[in-house]
Amino acid sequence: MIQFDRVSKRYPNGKDALSKVSFTLPAGQLTFLTGHSGAGKSTLLKLIMMIERPTQGQVLIDNQNLNGFGNRHIPLLRRKIGMVHQNHQLLFDRSVFDNVALPLVIAGYARADIGKRVRAALDKVGLLDKENLNPIMLSGGEQQRVGIARAVVNKPPLLLADEPTGNLDPALSEEIMDLFKDFARVGVAVLIATHDLSLIARYNHRLLTLREGRLIHDGDESGDAHGA
Amino acid sequence: MAPNNTNKGKGNKGARNATPIKAGRNKAERPRRVAGAHSAQTSLRDRFISWRQHHRDSLGDALQRLNAARASSAMTILVIAIALALPAGLAVLLDNARAITRGWDGNAHLSVFLDMDTSEARQRELASEWQGTGHITRTEVVTREQALAEFKALSGFGDVLEALPDNPLPPLIVVFPDSTDPVTLRALENRLGEADDVDLVQLDVEWVRRLHALIELGERLISALTLALAAAVVLVMVNTIRLAIESRREEIVVVKIVGGTDGFVRRPFLYTGFCFGFAGGLTAVILVQVALWWLGGPINELLMLYSSEQSLTSMAASSLIILPLFSGALGLLGAWLAVGRHLGDIEPNF
Repeated sequence: MIQFDRVSKRYPNGKDALSKVSFTLPAGQLTFLTGHSGAGKSTLLKLIMMIERPTQGQVLIDNQNLNGFGNRHIPLLRRKIGMVHQNHQLLFDRSVFDNVALPLVIAGYARADIGKRVRAALDKVGLLDKENLNPIMLSGGEQQRVGIARAVVNKPPLLLADEPTGNLDPALSEEIMDLFKDFARVGVAVLIATHDLSLIARYNHRLLTLREGRLIHDGDESGDAHGA
Repeated sequence: MAPNNTNKGKGNKGARNATPIKAGRNKAERPRRVAGAHSAQTSLRDRFISWRQHHRDSLGDALQRLNAARASSAMTILVIAIALALPAGLAVLLDNARAITRGWDGNAHLSVFLDMDTSEARQRELASEWQGTGHITRTEVVTREQALAEFKALSGFGDVLEALPDNPLPPLIVVFPDSTDPVTLRALENRLGEADDVDLVQLDVEWVRRLHALIELGERLISALTLALAAAVVLVMVNTIRLAIESRREEIVVVKIVGGTDGFVRRPFLYTGFCFGFAGGLTAVILVQVALWWLGGPINELLMLYSSEQSLTSMAASSLIILPLFSGALGLLGAWLAVGRHLGDIEPNF
């Protein structure tokens, strides 16, 4: 689903955020991405979302080389990627339903279809009864679940999460993780960027570790080599 | 939910645009999807319906936002209205002035004084010769005796003239031209001046010319004013939309993250610009009409004193719709500039 081939990113200020990072993320796999702040996690996610472009190497999403994408392709790429943010990025000027419906409205779904799909997504995250509320009235965990519902409502083949459990207590974190595991089970490639080591320790999933822009570990949590 | 299965939708832009770029040279093709994870996609028809729907939604949304911030919207609309009512109102007044002078032009004439010794027969001959040729509609003969009688009657110098041995007034032919165009009149003046027995041609239309020059000046001023105020409307709109963009920054970021195209992001702002402009233009029409109604009484009285048959005419029916549309276009232009300038600055980040 995602392939990084010797990808380097140097910012205009001369900082090397990533150096020759290579890995492959197959469909249906849940992978953690970790590292200290400034290790390059955000840059890696930005390259996948085409918020930034690599200085060297190539990124392939769904077997398509992003280097060949012009700016006008970016929206279509992003429609294949569900993104979950630490701060949820919900819009408080509209209902939960409208927040979740946004990707479908943008992608041009028919009205009737939107209603069905939004309710299915809200049902999946257990918030079907809150569709008419404003997200500001929801708890942090519920807001995060709305964010997840929005990320998956158009069934993207790839799900990215940036510190999805950052502000949540362990019980809520577990609920969120269960959702991610469910999506991986039905074939979605899930990449979770986090520095929550306890979360990583609780699940034995593939782990990518970055340090100063280099991929220093690729394997499961115990250290066994994996993939690539 | 019945996902239209992947990769086949003919009109699917995602698949079509993305195909040229294939996997890296050294990578083996892998199965594109695992069963169960269908990327949701849509048909061309659905897209069109939804595109139209989004236009309707954007317009609705724009109107709703104008209504929600009624006070500040009203101010912006009034600024636009006043800026446009000024040149529009002046243009209407100028139109009226032009119509009125058209009535006055009929009085323009040339006085052709003949040599003293020209006979009355020759005078009549010339008059009838000129009549109907080259921009002359009508000629009028004033013999020396008639001129003297008229002068005596009007000037009050009758006694002085009695004392003169001869009648000092030359024979006169009054020529009425069919046009008041300065160039035509000048040519006519030269032509008559070169005719036999003609001593002097005097053009009695200087004041008409001055009026025309004034009207032309007025037109130029209104054009300049219109240009300047139209630019002001565009700038007002750039600023208004810039603020609107700023206040919806979060929304724009989210829309971009979930794959909204630039067009999708731009559309509501363009509608907002158009709505502001259109409402401003409509208000300008109302302002002008009210002002004309207010001025109508005194102006008509003034016209009557000048014994003109004209009365104040208001805006042409076509301007009633053209002005709001023109103003809407200005609003659209302002919004377009603001969006082009500021939307690119807002990119998702995390």
